[in-house]
Amino acid sequence: MADSRFAPHVILLPVRISFIVITLIAALLANLLPWSGAALWVKPDFVALVVLYWCIEQPRKFGFIAPWLLGLFMDVADGTLFGQHALSYSILAYAGIVLHRRVLGFTGTAQVVHVVILLLMNDLIVLAVRALAGADFPGFQYFIGSFVAGALWLPLGVLLKLPQRPIMDPDHV
Amino acid sequence: MEHSPPPFFKTGPTPLARLLIFSALSFAFLVADVRFNYLVTLREVAAVIIYPFQRIATTPASIARRIGDFFVTHGSLREDNARLAQDNFGNAALLLQLEALRTENAQLRELLSARSRPDLEFTAAEVLYAARDPFTRKVVLDKGSQDEVRAGQPVVDNRGVVGQVTRVYPWLSEVTLVTDKGQFVPVQNLRNGLRAVLAGTGGDGALELRFIPLNADFQNGDQLVTSGIDGVYPAGLPVARVTQVERSAAQLFARITCTPLGGVANYAHLLIVNGNRELPPRPAAEPKSPRPKKSRKG
Repeated sequence: MADSRFAPHVILLPVRISFIVITLIAALLANLLPWSGAALWVKPDFVALVVLYWCIEQPRKFGFIAPWLLGLFMDVADGTLFGQHALSYSILAYAGIVLHRRVLGFTGTAQVVHVVILLLMNDLIVLAVRALAGADFPGFQYFIGSFVAGALWLPLGVLLKLPQRPIMDPDHV
Repeated sequence: MEHSPPPFFKTGPTPLARLLIFSALSFAFLVADVRFNYLVTLREVAAVIIYPFQRIATTPASIARRIGDFFVTHGSLREDNARLAQDNFGNAALLLQLEALRTENAQLRELLSARSRPDLEFTAAEVLYAARDPFTRKVVLDKGSQDEVRAGQPVVDNRGVVGQVTRVYPWLSEVTLVTDKGQFVPVQNLRNGLRAVLAGTGGDGALELRFIPLNADFQNGDQLVTSGIDGVYPAGLPVARVTQVERSAAQLFARITCTPLGGVANYAHLLIVNGNRELPPRPAAEPKSPRPKKSRKG
């Protein structure tokens, strides 16, 4: 994760928009898998995670429209209030874009701590909306997913940077 | 990090402005959805767009289930077959009686000029997934308005009532389970005919009877069936079994906990009940009343 920033000899290629779209669709599909039982509690919100990743890594190429639309789709698929995820993902995207320099200034665990806090904020927004609409608190296991997502943050960073790595030409030194 | 243009180039509205725009839109949607139930069309459009993704995401699991079904051992198949044959044999005698009892019941009802019980029709549907919303108890079925599913239909499995269709999309429908907080089923105690309202608690596999007087005759093990007085659930479908009755003089009502009979936590095939119940027409409003009473909805 850190090598791309602190080893200046690896200059990453610009990211392709198509790759961003593909990762978002993959995250959406991961969220739509038929999770059930305990897995449902442990399951991170993949869409929130990937949205946050692109907001922090590519704040210029990634705006609010994609998170907002994905939020609406998640609301329909989950049968929740229409707009609750749209709202929480929009705020998440804002936090990611505003804080991207700060988050990228950290490495490893410190970065994960930032990400977990942002994702917990995302959970709290959904919780607040639902509480206003009259739902009960579902218990503290509601927040487990965000910690799991935090654990996935560093591997995700390595994975999503792979297509940006320049192809080394062994004949050319 | 990639080199990006310095911020003095034009980059559109600031993030804060965009945040305000998008959260205002989301809030407008939320209010319109929660308060006024608008945006049904918009929801359906989004549902149609996301439908292929939902099918793609649920396909591997259902294929895996089918492959699992394929590799059943010979022994378990033989066991199942023997058990089913035995069940069938036992049920056959009851079925013979049922036919006679049905005719007798119809005749008696005719004698009493009571309304005949409508025959129920069922549409089989498969549970695609449980809705990933920790605040509600819902499942999504693979039949929608294209298969004539309508919101409000009861959903049962082979053991009892599971829930009710609450939202219908073109090819999918959402079923709110009886365990959902805010889902109510009018029931009747099978043992003595006492009527009550069964409410979900939001927890998995726990229901409670609301507003039952302390001295009401409910005991552990009583079976509750739908009473049919609501015009939604047909009468006589098993719903739950009483598991715990607490009576304390400090409280106004007895605390009666039940467990659902239907497999609310199972992934299975469910039956959507399309009983076209011919309800008696609503009594006409009083033509003139001296003091119009305020009537409450519902």
